[in-house]
Amino acid sequence: MLTLSWALPLAGAVALLLVGDGDGRRDGMIRWAALGISLASFAVTLAIWLAFEPGSAEFQLVERVPWIPAFGIDYHVGIDGISLLLVVLTGFLTPIALLSSWESVTKKVKEFSVFLLALEAAMIGVFISLDLFLFYVFWDAMLIPMYFLIGIWGYDRRIYAAIKFMLYTMAGSVLMLVAILGLAYLHSQATGVYSFDLLRLYTLEIAPAAQQWFFLAFFVAFAIKVPLFPFHTWLPDAHVQAPTAGSIILAGVLLKMGTYGLVRFAFPLFPLAAADYAPWIALLAVVGIVYGALVAMVQPDMKKLVAYSSVSHLGFVVLGICAMNVQGVQGAVYQMLAHGVSTGGLFLIVGMLSDRRHTRLIAEFGGLRNVMPRLTAAFLIITLASIGMPALNGFVGEFLTMLGAYLWMPQFVIVAGLGVILSAVYMLWMFQRVYLGEITHEENRTLPDLTAREWVSVVPLCAVAIVMGIFPGVFLAPMEPAVERVVERVQSVRALRVDGSLGAVPFEAEAAQAPGDEPVER
Amino acid sequence: MGGTFDALVPMLCVTLAALASMWAEAFRREGDRMPIGGLGLVGLAGAAISAVLLWDRNAEGFGVIAADNFGLFVTIVLAVVGVLTILFSSQVIRRDGLPVGEYYALVLFSIVGMIMMATATDLLVIFVALEILSLAVYVLTAIRRDSLPGTEAAFKYFLLGAFSSAFFLYGIAFTYGVTGSTRLAAVGASLSAQAADGNPMVLAALGLLLVGFAFKISAVPFHMWTPDAYEGAPAVVTGFMSTGVKAAAFAAFARVFLSAYGPFSDDWVPVVSAVAVATMVLGTVVGVAQSSLKRMLAYSSIAHGGYLLVGLVAVNEVGVAAILFYLLAYSVTNLAAFGVIALLGQRDQPNDGLRDYAGLWHSHPALAALMAVSLLSLGGLPPTAGFIGKWYIFSAAVSAGHYGLAVIGMLTSVISVFFYLRVVVMMYMASREGAAAPAPIGRVGMAALALSIVAIFYLGMLPTRVLDLAAASVGGMF
Repeated sequence: MLTLSWALPLAGAVALLLVGDGDGRRDGMIRWAALGISLASFAVTLAIWLAFEPGSAEFQLVERVPWIPAFGIDYHVGIDGISLLLVVLTGFLTPIALLSSWESVTKKVKEFSVFLLALEAAMIGVFISLDLFLFYVFWDAMLIPMYFLIGIWGYDRRIYAAIKFMLYTMAGSVLMLVAILGLAYLHSQATGVYSFDLLRLYTLEIAPAAQQWFFLAFFVAFAIKVPLFPFHTWLPDAHVQAPTAGSIILAGVLLKMGTYGLVRFAFPLFPLAAADYAPWIALLAVVGIVYGALVAMVQPDMKKLVAYSSVSHLGFVVLGICAMNVQGVQGAVYQMLAHGVSTGGLFLIVGMLSDRRHTRLIAEFGGLRNVMPRLTAAFLIITLASIGMPALNGFVGEFLTMLGAYLWMPQFVIVAGLGVILSAVYMLWMFQRVYLGEITHEENRTLPDLTAREWVSVVPLCAVAIVMGIFPGVFLAPMEPAVERVVERVQSVRALRVDGSLGAVPFEAEAAQAPGDEPVER
Repeated sequence: MGGTFDALVPMLCVTLAALASMWAEAFRREGDRMPIGGLGLVGLAGAAISAVLLWDRNAEGFGVIAADNFGLFVTIVLAVVGVLTILFSSQVIRRDGLPVGEYYALVLFSIVGMIMMATATDLLVIFVALEILSLAVYVLTAIRRDSLPGTEAAFKYFLLGAFSSAFFLYGIAFTYGVTGSTRLAAVGASLSAQAADGNPMVLAALGLLLVGFAFKISAVPFHMWTPDAYEGAPAVVTGFMSTGVKAAAFAAFARVFLSAYGPFSDDWVPVVSAVAVATMVLGTVVGVAQSSLKRMLAYSSIAHGGYLLVGLVAVNEVGVAAILFYLLAYSVTNLAAFGVIALLGQRDQPNDGLRDYAGLWHSHPALAALMAVSLLSLGGLPPTAGFIGKWYIFSAAVSAGHYGLAVIGMLTSVISVFFYLRVVVMMYMASREGAAAPAPIGRVGMAALALSIVAIFYLGMLPTRVLDLAAASVGGMF
């Protein structure tokens, strides 16, 4: 079933590739076919959720076939509570991305759909891989369709943005590849056989010095993807220049691959090094939270504003991961989902405005509430979700990450709290300037409100934002055992080290005790 | 005696095909069309089949040719290179009015030299093979006699090549002086006996041989001829040179340095590592500044030589197997890229400037897609052959503890992606205004391209079989 979840969109992409588009005459049919494929994939991801046994921390629905046996490389996929919902999120956002480009993409519709579906396949592949080699293949293969999406269908400076995106991410990920090779080599030294199997590598004992290097290599790859301050400079370019569908996928799913990588790979594989670097990473995260918020505040361009808000929001996720306690990590994973929904929604609606007016400058709008009340309402819901209003999805994630961080190092939370306030400032200020007041530009007077197609794409996002805010348990329950397992693994190794050398750095001891403060249900 | 001639069968097949095509040309009446290329295909198929049949038999030919699995793997790679070259050539020959018989005969003779070079176990035979292949390639470079750049390129290539051959021969002489033999096995035995002495003559011989090989694989600082020769030659010949010559030279390089000079690896590994770094860095950094596609791919092939050198300095079985796999992956990919250039060219207009590719997606979507795939494979992105090749090479480096080389190699490959992407940008994201509408593409050429793309994806997604074969080919080296 997991194989189906990525093979279905890929097969759909290949099938579409082979169909002739009759020089654009069959675009309509191709749009419907692509939407159908993406909806079928979404159905598959939902079926995976149904088949998923929420009480277990083990990897489920595992499929394992030898791929390159000489090097211990398997086609090995499986999901736990952490990856499950990210897979569902990917399945959920892809049809919306396709819908968002229904009218705005008019040239080469076939290729657009092919790249978007291929992108979905690669992203799902990243989340379900349990073999580092397989993971890397999906991780890097994902760049190609995204590159084309930005470069062909983007805005004015799309080529620059596309190349910058590609080179930035690749530069980080090749270092990770060297580290992956090094890990496999260490495994062969310890056991006599190469292995890229994540579960086996978890059990590998790695010397602290080697851990430092490997962790840094992984960390840089993921930090660029997140993106963590100061690795974020590709993001505003890519987000702003990408077509709406590309922005939705970028913000909604792609960025999560970085934070997912931290939870799944960097921290559990190298717990000692992670402990050493966690405060520094948290520092970067907090700087990113405040910096992203401040820069977002002064943006004249709505898309850029939302892009910088992502830097800020992803900072919370990283902060929660660095805390490495159940609340922090659970909050981080929840925040990944919430941010995917709310920022996807923001880009979607900004894209609608930009389709109507061909500008995204805040100053060009004003008083839109008077002409498009429905769009305004939808935007308000998403805005409030994004700034972490209780009863909406953003609140739960931010609250849990801050709680987790507070149990770990309270001083970070004080600064991060500033970010929450700032996010309310820049989002609401934008909302006020764009939607409230009198209509300032005559050409805005005739803008149409949401069309039926736009309804269909906006309503699910708003609905999910509300559901996630009111019933967080639905989403938190399946991830809890998996999160506990990750935290336990990391902390137990750290505890061993603290026992071994009592004079270790104080914060490690503190971190090791953190889960003890809270009753952990098992 | 049973094995004596067996080991020569692959070479004989290709030689017969070469002779046959010369005969066919001699008896061809003006204006007749003869499937001379087909003769070459038959000969190459024969070479490949006989190589398969000889697999695992370790046939020996007169003590100087060893059809061991290593040599046979390279033979098969060379046969693939030859087949693709011939398939791409058919359209080019007709379009540019090249002499059919001579062209194919030269290609086939140089392949004979390459196969000999890959299977030779005697330094003098390696030298003879080197000359056979080089002479044929010099002439191929200037096969368009009316082309000024072609003549210039051939002249440069010839002069520098002759120069490097002299170095190589000098190295052989020194080796003979120290060890009293030119057979690799005897040289190796004699050298390992005196490895402790640190004889300066050995180092001199080592250095001279290194220079000779470095010229042929266009390693920095002996790469000067490469961009000019690659740019001046017809695109399909460039593709042939950049893959076949490199594969053959690397096979001999690995054989000489690992089996004969293996005892002195402590002396040459640092030098070759430095050369590898210089080659990777210069190849990619200078490649960024090129505006001619052929010249850019010339620098890219220099960089790829650097990656192959990384596999060599690992001095372990993984490294040699990685070199073999990489040679195959790189050959198919690079030939596909040059194939596209060759097919898009016109008689009076090579169409190899970067601008000439603007909007190719709109005029030739299939060709643009094939070019994009081969460029991404050269850049080492999954799921293509180039990625598996890079992964294999660098895992060899890591397993030998050369983390630094692996990191440098990876970073340069990111830089190289930048210039591969420039072509993709041109093809997909630039408007087609001003670019001349290219000629229609022949069916044979398209078939060859489709074949190489299938191979690129096959090697990239299901590499197990080929990886196992490569791993099974390194037994005799250490």
